[in-house]
Amino acid sequence: MKNSPPESQFKNPIINWIDTRLPIFTAMNETVGTEHPTPKNLNYWWNFGSLAGVVLVIMIITGIALAMNYTAHVDHAFDSVERIMRDVNGGWLIRYIHMNGASFFFIVVYIHMARNLYYGSYKAPRELLWILGVVIYLLMMATAFLGYTLPWGQMSFWGATVITNFFSVIPFVGEPIVSWLLGGYTVDNPTLNRFYALHYLLPFVIAGVILLHIVALHRFGSNNPLGIDIKSDKDMIPFHPYYTIKDFFGLSVFLAIFCVFVFFVPNILGHPDNYVPADPLSTPAHIVPEWYLSPFYAILRAVPDKLLGVLAMFGAIGILFILPWLDRSPVRSAHFRPMYKVFYWLFIINMLALGYLGVQNPEGIYLILGRTCTAWYFIHFLIVIPLLNVIEIPKALPKSISDPIFSSGSSEMGATTPRGQK
Amino acid sequence: MIRTVFILVVFLLFSFSVNASDPLEKGEHKSWGFLGPFGTYNKSSLQRGLQVYTEVCSSCHSLKYIAYRNLSDLGYNKEEIKAFSENFTVTDGPNDDGEMFERPGRPSDHFVSPYPNVNAAKAANGGAYPPDLSLITKARGGGADYLYSLLIGYKEAPDSIKVLEGTYYNKYYNGNLIAMPQPLYDDGVVYADGTKANIEQMAADVTEFLSWAAEPEMEERKRTGIAAIAFLLIMAVLSFMAKQQIWANLKKKQA
Amino acid sequence: MSKEKSRRDFIVIASYSMGAVGTGAAVWPIIDQMNPAADTLAMSSTEVNIGALEIGQALTVKWRGKPVFIRRRTETEIYDSRKVSLDSLRDPQADEDRVQKDEWLVVMGVCTHLGCVPLGQKVGDGKGDYGGWFCPCHGSHYDASGRIRKGPAPQNLEIPPYSFISDNVLKIG
Repeated sequence: MKNSPPESQFKNPIINWIDTRLPIFTAMNETVGTEHPTPKNLNYWWNFGSLAGVVLVIMIITGIALAMNYTAHVDHAFDSVERIMRDVNGGWLIRYIHMNGASFFFIVVYIHMARNLYYGSYKAPRELLWILGVVIYLLMMATAFLGYTLPWGQMSFWGATVITNFFSVIPFVGEPIVSWLLGGYTVDNPTLNRFYALHYLLPFVIAGVILLHIVALHRFGSNNPLGIDIKSDKDMIPFHPYYTIKDFFGLSVFLAIFCVFVFFVPNILGHPDNYVPADPLSTPAHIVPEWYLSPFYAILRAVPDKLLGVLAMFGAIGILFILPWLDRSPVRSAHFRPMYKVFYWLFIINMLALGYLGVQNPEGIYLILGRTCTAWYFIHFLIVIPLLNVIEIPKALPKSISDPIFSSGSSEMGATTPRGQK
Repeated sequence: MIRTVFILVVFLLFSFSVNASDPLEKGEHKSWGFLGPFGTYNKSSLQRGLQVYTEVCSSCHSLKYIAYRNLSDLGYNKEEIKAFSENFTVTDGPNDDGEMFERPGRPSDHFVSPYPNVNAAKAANGGAYPPDLSLITKARGGGADYLYSLLIGYKEAPDSIKVLEGTYYNKYYNGNLIAMPQPLYDDGVVYADGTKANIEQMAADVTEFLSWAAEPEMEERKRTGIAAIAFLLIMAVLSFMAKQQIWANLKKKQA
Repeated sequence: MSKEKSRRDFIVIASYSMGAVGTGAAVWPIIDQMNPAADTLAMSSTEVNIGALEIGQALTVKWRGKPVFIRRRTETEIYDSRKVSLDSLRDPQADEDRVQKDEWLVVMGVCTHLGCVPLGQKVGDGKGDYGGWFCPCHGSHYDASGRIRKGPAPQNLEIPPYSFISDNVLKIG
């Protein structure tokens, strides 16, 4: 075998034998191990990617445990969930972890996205990394919506009715598409069964896209709080042991907060109406989606026209895909973009406002604010960001991340402007 | 650091306000013993509440997710539960002749419903369905406070409100006109433990009982939560120290 | 320097060990949820009224999802069961050890070969060559004490836990 590849160099002979033939240990070393150089100045906002991965694993494991006890039939779904809560050993714990895990998955991903927006992690050459992330986000929203229907409570049923009705706005083919989605004329047993199948499938699709997301990440490596390209090896440190222990610490804190919700206020992020079995003949007073879909619900209801409202809602997510081309400023990090920084925080406040408005009644002051915030959302992306590219004068960038070595190593949002420079 | 704390506080505040609250007159608030991280159910109150449910509410409201064997949580032993369950008649079958038959209840049975199905319940109650009470404190935004307020909220209607036929005025019900007639009256029940059964007492006891019915796992849940969080906080402290140690190494190399 | 290093190593190992313990504690509920749930365990005993059974008659009830054969035996059946020499039995067991009251035989109606339900409970059924039960799947013959006499089954029909709550009521399980 003249051209056979060299043997692996692991000390343990069993690991070496396996790795020579299937280099999984080498792969582990090169992704999260000692052979993965990482910028040395990452702050805690960089914990949230790995945190999201852990939450996905928790969701899949608890999801499979629930699936062993759940019955996807309109006459038995609600009862089977109550059986899980009351009779299955540890069932209440598994259910509450899964239920609150969904919310925390979105919290983690939203913070992760906020980090990307602040530090310009979506910019060249990481455009595709960002786009894959938006795909993961979309898949998460679909998975969450599907999962929420499964307990077959009032909100499950009516939320499904509202969202499947979106597709009726499509001209000509809208109604046939809706009945194709539903498997009937209304949300009923065929709908529940297929939603269950899809809810089980999508997390594994998400896992696959995450794999691509990580491959794309490792092509150019992580961004860093200063947003500058790293030229020298002395500015890099191995992922293990520095970031493994930092991620582990972050995970402990995250899990502690998560446990407060799971064990002490497990229903606070949910809606009481979902503890009422679904009744197709009685609509609840306020149909609201779960909080993480709320901003888009606000956008939907801000537009008075049905078709335009649906387009605005999907457009709001679609706009994220083209962000790397809307924002072409070569300066990545908001640290060096004083004007962008202001608009960034305005954007965050706007998103929080949209989230709040999405669960209010769309009338009076709430409607006015809803429309204002929806308008601002689009203005931010379509007008402000491209305009900033033209009129903003960024601060001078440091030459390397080792330059501001007196940055006191704070775990804050990166280093400040280096001294001795304008 | 301050910014981080600020963001966390904003998020937490935000998360507690997410539900659209109906503009309802503020109900009564009681300091229930089961609230808070160390809350527990009061077994005597649970037993009295069971008595109120059985003697007053069960004629119209089912409690289908509770089985008689679950009553061991209230402090009853196997014999007491068996005797209690035998008071009720369960429809079982089909037997070998293909017919449904009746038999006395067993501990493994769920609480017998007053009506065979939802339609029968509606028909017997002027078209309004008396909801199953197994989850009622989780299914209403105000929880135990709301339930308690509702039960003591049957007051004299003000002149400005016209009480329609088949409805009753309730101070704390959304819209003020509720289809359920006043269920609790002073001394409506004679408590087995001798406690005076006025309306507030019965309302408090049945609310405690129904809170348990909705969340029988609560005490175990909170106990486990304290253990889990304590464990994680220790782990967080340890791993933070480990992180500092490992990273100190790096700072040394830089100097 | 090495004291610091070993202190650092200890804290690191302690942290990750806590992580391993925590993960183990967290995995247990996932495994335990597959164990029988509370409602399943609650169905684990059944009471049967045997007051209507005449001598020579049989009754089949369901317990834990499987059939239980209850037979009120005749004098002849009891006598024939007891006169058999234990050496001739594949699974030697005295009839006296298989019943609490001589008349009442309570056995699982599940053939110990591969799990079929033997015939012999109904009036028209063949009872096999030994007056007990006959399993049509592979031809096992059981006697009036439920013991295997001929055919491929390795063991006697299993005796479930049972007790007499009163003369007319049997509690199985």
